[in-house]
Amino acid sequence: MSLASALTAERVWEALADVPDPEIPVISVVDLGVVRDVQVDGERVRVEFTPTFLGCPALDVMRTQMADAVRALGAEPEVVVVTDDGWSTDRISAVGREKLRKAGYGPPTPRPTGPIQLVQLQTGAFRCPYCNSIDTRLDNLFGPTACRSIRYCRNCRQPFEQFKTI
Amino acid sequence: MSAQAPPRTELLLQLADDELVLGWRDSEWTGIAPFLEEDVAFSSIAQTEIGHARAFYELAAAELDTTADELAFDRRPEEYRCAPLVELNLVHDWAKSVARRWLYETADAIRVDSLKASDWPELAGLAAKIEREEAYHALHAGMWHDRLTRSTARERFATAVDELWPYALGLVEGDQRRILCEAAGREDVPAVERGAHVEDWPALWEEMTMVRRTVPGGSW
Repeated sequence: MSLASALTAERVWEALADVPDPEIPVISVVDLGVVRDVQVDGERVRVEFTPTFLGCPALDVMRTQMADAVRALGAEPEVVVVTDDGWSTDRISAVGREKLRKAGYGPPTPRPTGPIQLVQLQTGAFRCPYCNSIDTRLDNLFGPTACRSIRYCRNCRQPFEQFKTI
Repeated sequence: MSAQAPPRTELLLQLADDELVLGWRDSEWTGIAPFLEEDVAFSSIAQTEIGHARAFYELAAAELDTTADELAFDRRPEEYRCAPLVELNLVHDWAKSVARRWLYETADAIRVDSLKASDWPELAGLAAKIEREEAYHALHAGMWHDRLTRSTARERFATAVDELWPYALGLVEGDQRRILCEAAGREDVPAVERGAHVEDWPALWEEMTMVRRTVPGGSW
């Protein structure tokens, strides 16, 4: 029996769980919730994934790394980008959120039912990832990448990057 | 590619060209915005707009049997469908740049909302995703609109909005114009329509397409 014939979707998921986000390597593409589906057909593996933000420049790197991870299992990858409405920051796993917090990023808050309002960002319960205080303020809606804002913790006087909720 | 694409592809090209060209214009503030936070904000917004352009181009490319890069960078300047609003070179005029951002986001929210009801599932899904990202652009634009409206620069800002308003109407068509008038709290006036290009456009096209024209078929 060849290696590829023993390949299961579960093994592909495990391999993808080792593919880091190119910009925030503490979290994997599986933690991030961007892998939508894995289908194994003999030696061919089809992986569907959704970009986080459409303008994310890490998109192509993610696609290449996922394809490499499938190839390392001895299979032929087909990585398909799905640009529907299926991903939101609510899909980041609990494990992923904790990894983000430990790395100094404020994990995204749950999605509100309606559109995001400025007042929610100015007063909402955004916890400092360093000292856990909620005495934080919004400094800039936009941060170093499309997915993050800049906040400042008044308690420990530390600026930090807060994941936007989308 | 023919001058006139099928209607749904034509719409995609209008959306994509608007987002690409506005993204390019917004990126011109990178490094020279009034303060650092706005360097970051304009750069980030520009990046997201260009990401949206890419997604629209990819849908159109599948219909037209071409690629997103070819649509974005290999057409002649007269083949672009963008509205004149996004072509204007407004660098060094912060009031006008903020006015454009606010007018654009107000109009864009109306058309993206209508696209969510498209009977083309890929476009409807894409519009829903884009809407959630654009919410942050709209917050930013609204914040600056309020700030300048209440500032000592209010007259200058009001003049900028007056001047750009006919261009903003050119972003949308039909009933969406009436909705835009209500959303912006302004009267309907003759619009600066798509089709003609402003005099700032050829220089921007030269710059935008320079790499592709230097290395035909180049990819990055």
